[in-house]
Amino acid sequence: MLKLLQGILANKITTEDVTTSGAPRMRGQLTCGTDCNGCAKCAAVCPTGAVALCDGKPVLDYKRCLFCGKCVEACAAGALLHTDIDTLPEILTDVQMTIEREIRAKLGRSLHVRHLDAGSCNACDFEMGALSNPLYDLHRFGIAFVASPRHADMIMVTGVVTRNLAQAVQMTYEAMEEPKLVMACGACAASGGTYGSTYAIVGALDKVLPVDIAVPGCPPRPSAMLIALTAAADLLKKRL
Amino acid sequence: MKVKPEGLRGAANICSRGGRHPLTAMFGADETSFGGGYAVYCLFENKEKHDIDILKAEFDAGSDLHYPALTPVLPAAAWYERELHDMFGFIPDDHPDLRPLVLHETYPEDFHPLRKCVDIDADVRGERKYEMAVSHGDGLFEVPVGPIHAGIIEPGHFRFSQAGEAILQLDAKLFFTHRGIEKAVEGKTPEEALLIVERICGACSVANTLSYCQALEKLSGQNVPRRAWLIRTIAAELERLYNHIGDTGNMCAGVGFAPVISMGSRLKEILLRCNEAIAGNRFLRGLIVPGGVKYDLTESLCTELTVALTKVENEYNDIVQIIAEQDGFLNRAKTTGIISKNVALDLALVGVGARASGVDCDCRRDLPYGLYAELPFNVITKTDGDVYARLQVRMGEVAESITLIRKALKLLQQDDSQLHCGELAYKTLTGSWGISESARGSNLHWLMLDADGCIERLFIRSASYPNWPALTIAVQGDIIPDFPLINKSFELCYACLDR
Repeated sequence: MLKLLQGILANKITTEDVTTSGAPRMRGQLTCGTDCNGCAKCAAVCPTGAVALCDGKPVLDYKRCLFCGKCVEACAAGALLHTDIDTLPEILTDVQMTIEREIRAKLGRSLHVRHLDAGSCNACDFEMGALSNPLYDLHRFGIAFVASPRHADMIMVTGVVTRNLAQAVQMTYEAMEEPKLVMACGACAASGGTYGSTYAIVGALDKVLPVDIAVPGCPPRPSAMLIALTAAADLLKKRL
Repeated sequence: MKVKPEGLRGAANICSRGGRHPLTAMFGADETSFGGGYAVYCLFENKEKHDIDILKAEFDAGSDLHYPALTPVLPAAAWYERELHDMFGFIPDDHPDLRPLVLHETYPEDFHPLRKCVDIDADVRGERKYEMAVSHGDGLFEVPVGPIHAGIIEPGHFRFSQAGEAILQLDAKLFFTHRGIEKAVEGKTPEEALLIVERICGACSVANTLSYCQALEKLSGQNVPRRAWLIRTIAAELERLYNHIGDTGNMCAGVGFAPVISMGSRLKEILLRCNEAIAGNRFLRGLIVPGGVKYDLTESLCTELTVALTKVENEYNDIVQIIAEQDGFLNRAKTTGIISKNVALDLALVGVGARASGVDCDCRRDLPYGLYAELPFNVITKTDGDVYARLQVRMGEVAESITLIRKALKLLQQDDSQLHCGELAYKTLTGSWGISESARGSNLHWLMLDADGCIERLFIRSASYPNWPALTIAVQGDIIPDFPLINKSFELCYACLDR
């Protein structure tokens, strides 16, 4: 017991400010330099069709991106590069995203979230679990994970919707009270393209539920999830 | 060894040597596209030769796919045979429980997706019967739980048959996250399939990739450079570390012991950040490729890792001590969720689940791959087979993994070989397997490439596969509030199992 108290005193507060950049090797947002010669190799190698060419330059649909780095490797001109910055969530409904500092300044904001695994590989789920660790400490933003959809303002859905889970996904959504939000967390839920189309997969989450926010990443880092959650809290406020 | 379907049970009985050689995997294949029929493969781990014995039953093209079930003599075959029945339509005669396993209610009865004649994205609907196994009797009642749970965990449906507070029987309905991965990779090039293999499971990304790459490398006959193997070893041990340390915290979550949950999750975060520094991804995705690794461990990264390891080691030792002094926790963990050694052997358990019940197995030592033969480590075993024994095995393995990483880092400094062996050419229409020890136990991939060098068949048997049935036995006689704790003590992946 003494050891426990000593440990708590020695570690003090370990909670960090939210930062959207990671290790130098992190495969985050992509940038395309002026050296791009429009060879379209990046679009050709992308396993999920996340890269398209627009006016000879690659344009990314981050919702589909697995951040595998194949496009960067294929870029002969060396123009396409990964940065070490998180990709921001996309608000699919008509509200602009507010930056995190402004959100924190507001009072009385709270968001209760229910996690829903629609067929994920568990990487998104583990990152969601990490949000409750002392470094990210989700609760300081007034956001909490709850045990039932009946207590939730939002469901945070991970994974591509599988045939075996489609009914449970629908029933979970129906169990929530209005107003309710739906977040598609990670490339599988946001685009459904990770494994291609199989007999066992229904598809992306928007095939079965109305999606308000999509968080890119495979999996999204906890910092990206935090930003998405704080944005969702504001979205909810406008719905109330 | 090849046998006729009717001889499979007898041959399997011989191969298992009275249970001494565990049934490591069992799966089907549709070989009609290259002139064969259907086949059932049984893989046994030959403990004497340190190799895998492969037994294959060949079914003629027009056969009715009946064969004598192995389950009556080898209980470990029970789930494999249910899967064979679902995915290919094999009929193991005398199987005691041939209910569906993988395919739930929305599929038709006669739908067998892994047959080559079924389209990859076939969308056929039906009303399959899926009955839960429950006990009936005066005063008995059922408690259904899931598939959507209260915490941030994966989906599974559990049906408890209760006699008062005591759990009489538990049936687990799993495979909710079944994505059809084995079908999805068919026809893809090995490189295309790699991305999917990395995404079978988050927490076993390295183990799955490592098994898959080894199976491919065997088909190419080329050797992976030493430096690549050192980095792979470090990655595999990092995966074990972050899993075991996170699980130590999670097991404390099973009894609401909050300080250790925080400590465990904080240490896990340190390790996940090391992963990102090494591979650009917090689950080490993108690092391991067939033929080697993609990224080098620079000197500065090695230093960073060494510093992090020291911190993790010191603080984990604190956790170990805190737990050892916490009577409330020990009271919950000891004598809870017992798996006896006999059950562990009968079900061919692997990994932590087996070692905590006194089964001395670890495929890093028993089927040595990579550089494990020259990196000695202790296989930790305990004999009580309860929640606490499984925790103690993890605690011992954390120390071993840290030592292994340190040894590998040292060897890395003296090594200047390549990261990759160069272009690989694969043998086609030849079966090949790869194995690796994940945090949960041995992880086996079996694959065959078609004449064009694309995937003909990939079978994925993660460590969770053989261990899931054990969970339903471990809880018998315990109470429902102990279920989360027992479940966490096995810490099995749903995604890995469901595929």
